[in-house]
Amino acid sequence: MSTAATAAAQTVRLTAGRSRERNVGSLVFLGLLWFSLFFGVMVLVVLIIDTMLKGSVRFDSDLLFSYESSLNPESTGFRAGILGSLWLMVTTAVMAVPLGIAAAVYLEEFSNSRRWYNRIIEVNLQNLAAVPSIVYGLLAVAVMALFGFQQKNIVLGGAIALALLILPVVIITSREALRAVPREIRDGSLALGATQWQTTWRQTLPSAIPGIATGTILGLSRAIGEAAPLLLLGLGAVRFDPEGVLSRVTALPIQIYRLSTQSQVAFQEAASAGIIVLLVMILLLNGVAIFIRNKFQRSW
Amino acid sequence: MASATSADTFPQMGSLGDVHMSGERRLPASPVNPVMETRDLNVFYGDFHAVHDVNLSYGRHEITAMIGPSGCGKSTVLRCLNRMNDLVASARVEGEVLYHGQDVYEKSVDPIAVRTHIGMVFQKPNPFPKSIYDNIAYGPRVTGMKVDNMDDLVEEALRGAALWDEVKDKLKQSAYGLSGGQQQRLCIARTIATRPDVILMDEPCSALDPIATARVEDLMLELRNEYTIIVVTHNMQQAARVSDRTAFFTARPDETTGNRTGLLVEYDLTSTIFSNPNDKRTEDYISGRFG
Repeated sequence: MSTAATAAAQTVRLTAGRSRERNVGSLVFLGLLWFSLFFGVMVLVVLIIDTMLKGSVRFDSDLLFSYESSLNPESTGFRAGILGSLWLMVTTAVMAVPLGIAAAVYLEEFSNSRRWYNRIIEVNLQNLAAVPSIVYGLLAVAVMALFGFQQKNIVLGGAIALALLILPVVIITSREALRAVPREIRDGSLALGATQWQTTWRQTLPSAIPGIATGTILGLSRAIGEAAPLLLLGLGAVRFDPEGVLSRVTALPIQIYRLSTQSQVAFQEAASAGIIVLLVMILLLNGVAIFIRNKFQRSW
Repeated sequence: MASATSADTFPQMGSLGDVHMSGERRLPASPVNPVMETRDLNVFYGDFHAVHDVNLSYGRHEITAMIGPSGCGKSTVLRCLNRMNDLVASARVEGEVLYHGQDVYEKSVDPIAVRTHIGMVFQKPNPFPKSIYDNIAYGPRVTGMKVDNMDDLVEEALRGAALWDEVKDKLKQSAYGLSGGQQQRLCIARTIATRPDVILMDEPCSALDPIATARVEDLMLELRNEYTIIVVTHNMQQAARVSDRTAFFTARPDETTGNRTGLLVEYDLTSTIFSNPNDKRTEDYISGRFG
């Protein structure tokens, strides 16, 4: 046989059979995967569109700049909730971020992971991240009582609950960011006669900052949507702006929760509009996180 | 442990006669007044006996090469010399590592001080994610070295590493913009900026192409005039080209556990090791029969 004929025969053999990638089993499986994806996304899209439609009548300036009002349901607003949530976020960050980073630095850079107590901390950190948020509310109530606060529905109380809530997340993501800094950078620094402390401060931490910032913001965006621990602390309706960490406060999710349990349609609409406000705030936070990650990301 | 690299690229070392030998220098048979010495050095990682009874002395202003197959403990020995093994939690060192007669593993010795005298260059170029300038200035800054003019020190270090002409116009740019070979010379410059006495090099060329390798080797020969250099290499030709003395290590499997313990087979002038080795294992290794 000539070489041309052999080549032709082989070509035919390659193209003749049906692709085994497309038999019935794989097609069904592929369909299932698509359905799962479709289902998940669809539920979310329907929810958001439905909420937006319901709330659309209330997309006005009162929504953002007015206090809650039971006399005029049509012009009730989320001013106290938005400001309250912002106060809570900042205070939470001030408490959780330094603690979380310090804990992560200790665990990654200084602790001897073979010691039993460090191993216990290690295991429990993972568990803490999965603890229901209401438990942290209980914990915050206890802490506030310990410090002798009669009134627990203040910025400090809410921030303690939320800081406790996101601390495990901050620690875990900070550790991952620190671990992503290559061993060689530390070795290079130490080999020049730097101490471990100098190496951490001048090399490892600065290199890990983008990862730490991203993780922290994602933690905060989880905290901003939490209602359960704040309810436990007794956060309710407030008709003034928070003035400090000891000021009484409310939060967006609390306001939304309260409004949605009212029977009047106008309050329901306001609740839907409030959900959209909350979503926008969370999206903004996540956007900042993505921006930081992309801008400062380093490939080693 | 490092993977087999350049040694595999040159499987046959048959014609050793035409390899350039630095042995043209007249050196005593063993180092006089050695800068560093190891005495009965044993290293363990947990229960694993990594290195067994290594006795070596490293001569002033000489380049000493440590060669041998993967897992023979040569990098481990190197990392003992400036106490970098301290960073491995499970590592345990027995025996003595003498630096000008003083045991660096003595309790009163500060490992940080040891490392300022004994610098190290690593296998993979590891510049810091900073500017070229800051890479050089980092060492003097963290060690609190008294520097009259940092600019001068940076220039001197970069000239010392034969890198000045290539980077003098971009000192403020990131070191990550340099090629691999330039990065490695930057790491050498960074090390000499702290004015060490000894420079340890752990397979400094294994991540570089042949041209960059040649430049680093030239640099090593120049640095020999001012520093004592100890280099671990997989590349036997490199050892033959640059080193004054060569220590050949091999690994011996434990009969019961199968763990491989590294030991020193032979230590001599490089010219002797490559032309007339005493030990059969050395001869087999350098002629490419194993390893």
